[in-house]
Amino acid sequence: MKHLLQIADLGADGIDEVLRVADTFAEVNRRAIPKVQALRGKTVVSLFFEDSTRTRLSFETAARRLGADVLTFAAGSSSVKKGESLRDTVQTIDALGADAFVVRHASSGVPHQVSTWTEGSVVNAGDGWHEHPTQALLDAYTIRERLGGFAGRRIAIVGDIRHSRVARSNVAAFSALGAEVTLVAPPTLMPPSTEGWPAELSHNLEAVLPKMDVVYLLRVQRERATEALFPSLREYTAHFGLTAARAAMLPAGALIMHPGPMNRGVEIAADVADAENAVITQQVANGLSVRMAVLYLLLGSGVDLAA
Amino acid sequence: MPRENELVIRGGTVVDATGSRRADVAIRNGAVAEIGESLDARNVLDASGCIVAPGLVDLHTHLRQPGREEAETVETGSRAAALGGFTAVVAMPNTEPAIDSAAVVREVKELARTALCDVFPAGAITVGREGTTLSPMAEMAELGVRLFTDDGAGVQDSRLMRRALEYARGLGVTLAQHCEDAALARGAHMHEGAWSSRLGIPGMPSEAETVMVQRDIELVRLTGAPIHFLHLSTAGSLKAVAAAKADGLPVTAEVAPHHFTLTDACCAGYDATFKVNPPLRTDADVAAVIDAVRAGEVDAIATDHAPHAPETKDAPFDQAPPGMLGLETALALSLEVLGLPTDRVFALLSWQPAVIAGVAHEHGGPIAKGRPANLCVVDPSAGWVVDPRHLASRSRNTPYAGRSLTGLVRHTVLRGEPVVIDGEAQR
Amino acid sequence: MAERERAVASGATAFVSRTQVMSADDVRRAITRIAHEIVERNHGVDDVVLVALQTGGAPIAAKLADELARIEGKTVFVGTLDVAYYRDDYGLRPVLPEAPTDIPMDLTGTTVVLVDDVLFTGRTVRAALNALADFGRTKAVQLAVMVDRGHRELPIRPDYVGKNLPTRRDELVNVRDDGVDLGDKA
Repeated sequence: MKHLLQIADLGADGIDEVLRVADTFAEVNRRAIPKVQALRGKTVVSLFFEDSTRTRLSFETAARRLGADVLTFAAGSSSVKKGESLRDTVQTIDALGADAFVVRHASSGVPHQVSTWTEGSVVNAGDGWHEHPTQALLDAYTIRERLGGFAGRRIAIVGDIRHSRVARSNVAAFSALGAEVTLVAPPTLMPPSTEGWPAELSHNLEAVLPKMDVVYLLRVQRERATEALFPSLREYTAHFGLTAARAAMLPAGALIMHPGPMNRGVEIAADVADAENAVITQQVANGLSVRMAVLYLLLGSGVDLAA
Repeated sequence: MPRENELVIRGGTVVDATGSRRADVAIRNGAVAEIGESLDARNVLDASGCIVAPGLVDLHTHLRQPGREEAETVETGSRAAALGGFTAVVAMPNTEPAIDSAAVVREVKELARTALCDVFPAGAITVGREGTTLSPMAEMAELGVRLFTDDGAGVQDSRLMRRALEYARGLGVTLAQHCEDAALARGAHMHEGAWSSRLGIPGMPSEAETVMVQRDIELVRLTGAPIHFLHLSTAGSLKAVAAAKADGLPVTAEVAPHHFTLTDACCAGYDATFKVNPPLRTDADVAAVIDAVRAGEVDAIATDHAPHAPETKDAPFDQAPPGMLGLETALALSLEVLGLPTDRVFALLSWQPAVIAGVAHEHGGPIAKGRPANLCVVDPSAGWVVDPRHLASRSRNTPYAGRSLTGLVRHTVLRGEPVVIDGEAQR
Repeated sequence: MAERERAVASGATAFVSRTQVMSADDVRRAITRIAHEIVERNHGVDDVVLVALQTGGAPIAAKLADELARIEGKTVFVGTLDVAYYRDDYGLRPVLPEAPTDIPMDLTGTTVVLVDDVLFTGRTVRAALNALADFGRTKAVQLAVMVDRGHRELPIRPDYVGKNLPTRRDELVNVRDDGVDLGDKA
């Protein structure tokens, strides 16, 4: 397998392998010198057309801890020229000897397109509304770390599913691993069609919470309110926000998760975000080990992970 | 001494609105001189095993000139048309500037003087195609413009559309509508459905088209003016048109080959070659288009040939311009996919669109003595493979790259001049 | 664990034994002798740490630690090391860690005794030396193996050997709790 463009590229066995290898990198990250030379001589290019310092730094740190060289092309910097076609940008960088591109773009499908223009590997770091596979992998890693496994587990994903690449990747990953996924949102924030999606739908958060092992909250953007998708943030929070009262409806041991950054007071109450069973900071920490595993498996290991 | 024939098309089967017969066709002074057996002339075009038909007429071509010459010019577009068997195309007015005045009509006609097919500019309904004020349709009609459309967009304001229909009725010209409700379609880049949801691309529902079709049918009922619906793509739109025709309303409709051969599943790889307006729809819509064509509820097949420079189609899917090439593949696709007898296919591509375009006196046949010699010679069993690099268009955005097709134009004759011989453009 | 032996242990290569070269008692006695040699060479076990190379070195290191505790009455720490990320032959074949690395301490100033079942080309040990450098500046690194089968490709030599066993390159050596066998690929 050459690219990680979407979770379906992996399959359940591939996901398990990524998580297993991530464990070994978690050990490396605990060392005084958290570095190996497994990708020495390889060049990883981060091609971030959408601003995201946190995700970009996570990937770049992962690449450096594997001993790879890193080139950064970030939106707004002079190295991503306006007007130069995407294809020309990729092929120019390719000529410098890129072994892998980590691509984030506001438009769905760009990592797919980039993969047709380069001989290197492409990792999707988030494309438009489509997918964010490494987010789903680090979320799966976190759930496995805290709950042990996925079989028979019930996971609710709450929020703006329609516009969420995290939701699409998570539905694919969690269901592939054996969990039952329920999507919770008002009808206007559901995708126009969920035909073929391995998930249940619900418009009633309180009905769903008492049965869940994990409640995964998505960010609700203020801008969406102007698109007539819901009347106001206030109304959204009143019906779909995870308030302290609603968090208390969860069974003991249930996890509260969020891909970040959080809108405290909107999709999640401030005190709920800091609760003991909210594992948001662990998600971030796990991101590094998971991204090291992905880069190593695509570039260094010689192993084929294809689904 | 008998006048010598300049050109004879020998050995083919002549097909036109009156029927089909084995005959040679002799041409002199730009017109059909004789139809018979074993005719002779200075120059011979071999048509053995071929169909000899009136040249095809495309109701819907984007020649891009003036303004977007990097994608296509009148010359390169007309060459693609001739290679596709077309002797006439209606040039859409979404050029830069738009064809919304006599001056721009004259400019396009001037560019078309040396074209390899006849070019009939369509005029915009509104100034600049902005949808706010009526364009000077009368001055354009005086120059021979018969069809008016804001294609690329539909006229959103219902009151303005009503006025435009009434005004057009007075002039004896026909309005054509690109049916797309801008509000329902806002931000969309493909058909809204299972695929757009999976791919994470904003989509427009079928209703964005159907809602305007239904509105315009009611406005036709109100005003008595005729309307022609461009590139219909949904089951709902075709059903509305069939009902309108059953009511006796002066409504005509065209469909494009990509809407009876491709679906939204083609967008799965995010290749913007498959991005088009109206978008590729579902299997059910494709079936509905084919059924409507077979049932005689569709009047014409029109290509909506929409060239775009390659680098623009290399952009992210939601940034690329919509549109596909179509002139060189329309005939083969129509012959192959619709399951219709050959004469019905030529009716949909030649004499029926000729009537809607108002050019039936010169194009669309019948092939008879004295009629202008605008003809195509087609080998219905010749196989070929679509190669974007070998198309005459300046652009490469065909969705059929690599596909094997059956049905190839051997020769095209424009007012007696063979502009395509043995599949090669002569200029 | 030498690479051929790793393949056998993981079941990837079927092994057909031809002859037993060490019995269970031979293995037990070798461990006792090596433990004494470690104590003698290092004048006790202060600052001595055992690091087992995964996966073949782990059972041997555990038994060595037990023996050292019996002899000296002190607990010697045993860490484990999987050298997958330190190998020099990427791209030649799939390389993934098979077992955990667990060295939760700074090795600066310690004498590390690397423990493995078979010493062959020396590449695994070289990779282990690279890895150890990331855990601090050791005072010394020594090598204990149950079997030295020759065919070194690098200048690496063992400090403590259970048995010197001349072999052909294509033969396989299999080390278990109940003995050591010499054989062939199936």
